[in-house]
Amino acid sequence: MPEGQNPNRGVEPGGEFLLKTVDLTRHFRLGGMFSKRILHAVDDLDLTIREREIVALVGESGSGKSTVARLLALLYRPTKGEVYYRGRSIRSLRRRKDLLWYRGEVSTVFQDPFSAFSPVYRIQHGVLRNLALHRPELGRAERQMEAERVCQTVGMSPAMLRKFPHELSGSERQRIGFAQALAVKPKLILADEPVSMLDVSIRAEVLNMMTDLREQEDVSILYITHDLASARYVADRIVVMYAGYLVETAPSETLLAEPKHPYTQLLLSAVAEPRQKAEEISADTGEPPKVINPTEGCRFRWRCPRAIDVCGQITPKPTPIGESLVSCHVAVREAGGSSIAAGVTGEAAGSGASRAPSKGELEDLDNPTGAASITHGQSYGGHAASSDEPPAGEVCQARSSHERSGSLRDPKAV
Amino acid sequence: MSESLLEVAGLSLNFLMETGDVRALDDVSFTLDAGEFLGIVGESGCGKSTLLFAVTQLLAPNAEITAGTVLFGGQDMIRLGTDELRHMRWRDYSVVMQSAMNALSPTLTIAAQFKDTIEAHTKMSKEAIRERSAEVLTLVGIDPAHLNSYPHQLSGGMRQRAMIAMALLFTPQLVIMDEPTSALDVVAQRSLMIKIKDLQKSLGFAVIFVTHDMSVVGQYSDRVMVMYAGQVMEVAATDTIFDHPLHPYTRGLMSAFPSVRGPRQRLTGIPGSPPDLVRPPTGCRFHPRCPEASPECVTHQPDLYSVDETQVRCLLYQGKGEDALLAAHGEDGR
Repeated sequence: MPEGQNPNRGVEPGGEFLLKTVDLTRHFRLGGMFSKRILHAVDDLDLTIREREIVALVGESGSGKSTVARLLALLYRPTKGEVYYRGRSIRSLRRRKDLLWYRGEVSTVFQDPFSAFSPVYRIQHGVLRNLALHRPELGRAERQMEAERVCQTVGMSPAMLRKFPHELSGSERQRIGFAQALAVKPKLILADEPVSMLDVSIRAEVLNMMTDLREQEDVSILYITHDLASARYVADRIVVMYAGYLVETAPSETLLAEPKHPYTQLLLSAVAEPRQKAEEISADTGEPPKVINPTEGCRFRWRCPRAIDVCGQITPKPTPIGESLVSCHVAVREAGGSSIAAGVTGEAAGSGASRAPSKGELEDLDNPTGAASITHGQSYGGHAASSDEPPAGEVCQARSSHERSGSLRDPKAV
Repeated sequence: MSESLLEVAGLSLNFLMETGDVRALDDVSFTLDAGEFLGIVGESGCGKSTLLFAVTQLLAPNAEITAGTVLFGGQDMIRLGTDELRHMRWRDYSVVMQSAMNALSPTLTIAAQFKDTIEAHTKMSKEAIRERSAEVLTLVGIDPAHLNSYPHQLSGGMRQRAMIAMALLFTPQLVIMDEPTSALDVVAQRSLMIKIKDLQKSLGFAVIFVTHDMSVVGQYSDRVMVMYAGQVMEVAATDTIFDHPLHPYTRGLMSAFPSVRGPRQRLTGIPGSPPDLVRPPTGCRFHPRCPEASPECVTHQPDLYSVDETQVRCLLYQGKGEDALLAAHGEDGR
């Protein structure tokens, strides 16, 4: 986006968060009802979205980013934690009227524009139905007019509404996906990889459309992607997830200019740049982690070039470093960890007892503040010996026991 | 440079459809040297996959090659019979398909699928088959223990590697890859590309690599061929094409990707969508979407013009040679 188009960029819009999650957690039970193998798709995620803000959620497959979208779209119920939308917990949304209200405020655009539309209905069907459900004050003629208006907003001619999905190209369908989402006058659009299925030349159009929508319709967007470059292009702030955890979040330019978490650094170095020759980059197999019955400790440590002993013992918590929030012991130390640690010691002291590793337990993280990164004393000495033991849980378990991963296809809720 | 491994000359191909014939390939010519890494770039529907199928003779029944030759190791692939082709497949050339992740049979172990392939082409003892299978798996960086795994037990990146391992069973001279990385995450994609490049260097096979992502070919290929609407638009060495892209379509493709580095600019992309090949546009096929189109482009069909070492199909460079190149440089400010 050219400079000057959005005067609010980088400036924090005042007021409350539009959406805020606190310790949002979602686990899936793998295998049968009595299985003890729990997949931690999202763990203790604190995410905030302000009004008129575009937030990009970045991570590789298996990092839990789509699960977050589904949690926010009420397709899954959280295992633990809360989602507050305009200060209201989504757990309290039980009646049809409340659910309609929420779905009218928060709408979704799906990844695959080829399977998101029923082939037997005209394009206008979904748009008009959304209007009838969520904006009952409109009459039939008004609905038609409104449908044409949103169609024009996404840069398509109203004549498109009479067509069937098979008559449209990929980008046209994805635009209709956005039109459908916009019809309800949402305040937040959850866009789950909206461009990954689109052709190169068309991708730019859809990305541009997203930035324009914020200007024209005053919506916030949660843009879920695995592509850092497009995240930077559209988003004000980037949230990087790895294995269900938030690893780093910062304003887009800050995050890319000074990535602090080793995983963010790895992601950034993996972005293909035409001028960089293959030999200059280091190798990493890029196996997505499967987080089954995790133990305490950083989930990135098996792949991390900078892992230290603490990483195997204490799960790092998002800690502020400059403009960023980073979940990394090493980065926090380098940034003058002592002062930061001192700043949160008071907070950490109260929850110190619960910070001891509690292996394999589901409710192991009942520490609500999540600010402490390194607590002193108890956790260090007592578990130093365990740093040499082979990594028992999480990633390595999943890697070496691929025979089990087949049951992932039928996840059951915990 | 050694003698060409693959020579495609004047290849034209129609798909016979109810709505009319679709000209999927139009006068495509290129050569590939032994051990070379050629990247083919273009949008979907530009004929890049069709070209691969024509080269490997894996065409759908309604495809009809109307002109041209495909010489692979001196033999014209188009005239070869099914038996001869079967003999050559896997041994002389192999193909890694677009969704290689789904190309493995879900009901057989990796070992069984490797065994099928080997037994179709040669007689080997059980132990030798096992040994060779383990060997190729190790080559692509998978623990041979996974020979007994079923595809669903492997991650996407590993399945893709297993497919590449299978393609290397007989160490063919040519490995054709149709968007092998498009379904993978960035980190997995990079690791796979590095692996492919390493293997290509150590084993010396040639690669035709089809993708829509300019930045991927930029990093790994020796030469890049840009296709649009069934035609070759531009061919040049990778560095040349990235430093001085000549064709407006190539420039469009390059500006369609946001970058993580450098200043943030609004993407222009390429407006419009690829043409309907039943009724391709008159003159230059790119003219309806071209920012630099002139009236002549509508009426006059451009040929491939040589400008220095680049071949480009655009009237801007007709009979210009050196001057055009200089002009293009000045215009880009590079």
